Amino acid sequence: MRMKKLLSVTLAATMVLSLTACGDEGGSDANSGNNEPSSASSDANSGSSGSGDTIKIGFAQVGHESDWRTASTESCQTTFSKDNGYDLSFVDCDNDSATQLEAVRNFIQQQVDYIIIDPIVETGWDTVLQEASDAGIPVLIIDRTIKADESLYTAWVGSDFKTEGQAAGAWLQAYLEAKGRGDEDINIVTIAGTTGASAQIGRTDGFNEYVDANDKWTLLDEQDGDFTQDGGQQIMESFLKSYDDIDVVVCQNDNEAFGAMDALKTAGKTFGKDGDVIIISFDSTNAGLTEVLNGTINANFECNPLAAPYVEEIIKTLESGGSVSEKQVYMEEACFACDDTVDTFKTADGKDLKMTVMTQEVLDARAY
Amino acid sequence: MSKSANGDSFIKKLTGSKVFLPLVCLFLVILINVIKSPSFLQISINNGVLYGRLIDIANRGSEIAILAIGMTLTIAVSAGTDISVGSVMALCASCCCTTLVGYGVASANKLNYPIFIGVIVGIFVGAVCGCFNGFMVARLKVQPMVATLVLYTAARAIGLLVSNNQNTYVRVEEYKYLGNFIKIGKWECPIPTPIFVAIICVALATLFLKKTALGMYIQSVGINKNASRILGINSVLIIFVCYVICGLCAGVAGTVASSRIYSADSNNIGLNFEMDAILAVALGGNSLAGGKFSLAGSIIGAYTIQALTTTLLAFGVKTEQAPVVKAIVIVLIVVIQAPAVQNYIKNRKARKISAGGGEAVAK
Repeated sequence: MRMKKLLSVTLAATMVLSLTACGDEGGSDANSGNNEPSSASSDANSGSSGSGDTIKIGFAQVGHESDWRTASTESCQTTFSKDNGYDLSFVDCDNDSATQLEAVRNFIQQQVDYIIIDPIVETGWDTVLQEASDAGIPVLIIDRTIKADESLYTAWVGSDFKTEGQAAGAWLQAYLEAKGRGDEDINIVTIAGTTGASAQIGRTDGFNEYVDANDKWTLLDEQDGDFTQDGGQQIMESFLKSYDDIDVVVCQNDNEAFGAMDALKTAGKTFGKDGDVIIISFDSTNAGLTEVLNGTINANFECNPLAAPYVEEIIKTLESGGSVSEKQVYMEEACFACDDTVDTFKTADGKDLKMTVMTQEVLDARAY
Repeated sequence: MSKSANGDSFIKKLTGSKVFLPLVCLFLVILINVIKSPSFLQISINNGVLYGRLIDIANRGSEIAILAIGMTLTIAVSAGTDISVGSVMALCASCCCTTLVGYGVASANKLNYPIFIGVIVGIFVGAVCGCFNGFMVARLKVQPMVATLVLYTAARAIGLLVSNNQNTYVRVEEYKYLGNFIKIGKWECPIPTPIFVAIICVALATLFLKKTALGMYIQSVGINKNASRILGINSVLIIFVCYVICGLCAGVAGTVASSRIYSADSNNIGLNFEMDAILAVALGGNSLAGGKFSLAGSIIGAYTIQALTTTLLAFGVKTEQAPVVKAIVIVLIVVIQAPAVQNYIKNRKARKISAGGGEAVAK
């Protein structure tokens, strides 16, 4: 009995230890990331002094949960490399907002020249941003948004999900016209992302502008697929039973598109390049673009993870004494298609967009 | 609900049966669908496989049904829910896929081991998790919800570690069999495989409970642990076994869910399934206070939940409103079955009889 008790205590202890070890990893990462540049921090005076010195940048990244995130991190590391005249201290916050706040405070103490944050949470930033502002360090927000006074940070760089949705709508319009189906009745179903996610709201709003503008288009149904493959499959199965004639399936990310394609396959429907059903997807992950290459997804609209070049541009402007006029900087995002039916097309607000035809070379050249 | 031996006993037997109310609820849900669109019941052969909403319900409800088996037993034996099953599903799926294709591989067309080894590893990991939960609850006497909270939090995270924080895709046709359709050569089985898996699991559990004394032991431990121990039943062992079975069920459900999407999506597989499984047990007319249980009721409860989900999809209920509608229906079902409501109905009947017949009818 005593032995067993001992065993149980040891078991529990190991469990707890292993858990704290997981936590520590992120913590020690943060520390080592911070210690490194602190040796050089003594010669750093005020923010934008000399143009010949290396520019010190602190980057507090969300974590490493997806390929998209890894691409975002790598983009920063290559753009702000030593060769380019930067000294980047990178902190992987492992999706822990407390670690992230701590990391930003450390950057302020080290008196870095710029701070880049990909905020894990939207709120709770006012105090630390005020501290950075008092220390005279410009803060740049990338990817996710924050709810804080705009004067506290220099600019935000990220994706405009609404534009992505509008691009998809405009492409579909151009594609149908090119195929001579401009006057046909078109039935559309949408497998949306997690309700309330910024990507879901933006993509839905953007695409639905085109649904409203086209009399011939009917949005039969729109359901929440939770951005997952299983969700996409389950909802597509149901759509197929509710509606006999579906012309277009809009999936708000690549995973949902994979699930929808499985459901279509089971029901014996053809889709993609020469199929009956047109599939539109968003995100343009490697796996998603592979399906475009295979001709099973008709069009894929990118959500760009490479924010660093845009941030660098802002930093260069600030270094040369200029000021940033726009608070929100939207990145350019590519559109990919499986064939060359539509080469260039115009959105309703007059923007010219170009479709990239997917080839193996294009896929290999991509960062993620 | 005592069974009367009177003449009109058939209806009384029927309405008195433990699974009567759960069945009525399931039929009601389906009936609403049929009224809305008669094609709901339609089953056809499409592209060589069975096709229809009822098939969807049976297919998609499999995981919840399998989980409900284990959940029924843990609730019966310890009056406690195993809230770790959803997370354990994700862990099992990750272990299964990682075994098959290797650590850190995001997508593979070739397997390191035959598929059955991966499936066995997945189910085995489920059993190990069950052992951990069982040990905590049975031996250390930790409250079930607290004990299983450990794996509820940790299992999904361990799954992410195992699959190196990414979706591990197994792009091999055979791996899809378990969650989709079995193909042998040119022949394709028209019935989705998860339905078979669920039937096998239920059959095994029923055999195990009916042919051995385990079912009786579980009830007796659930009703009074100490009395059972004094009677000579090893109650610690019985509780432990129930949690291991629950873990096994989570393992099976996890591998089926993973096979459906031929990948291990540790963030999403089994998400919130523990709640559905607990709800299935409750909808099946089982008391969450433990003791007597009806496995059949839980299984019916599981399919009722899936029927409800399918209904909401079929009705095209707006995504934002779907959870509200689901909640209202579930509240109704639970209230109909609540002991207080049941007693009220029974008393009313008794009063009517006594008033009409002039004779006092006991109870």
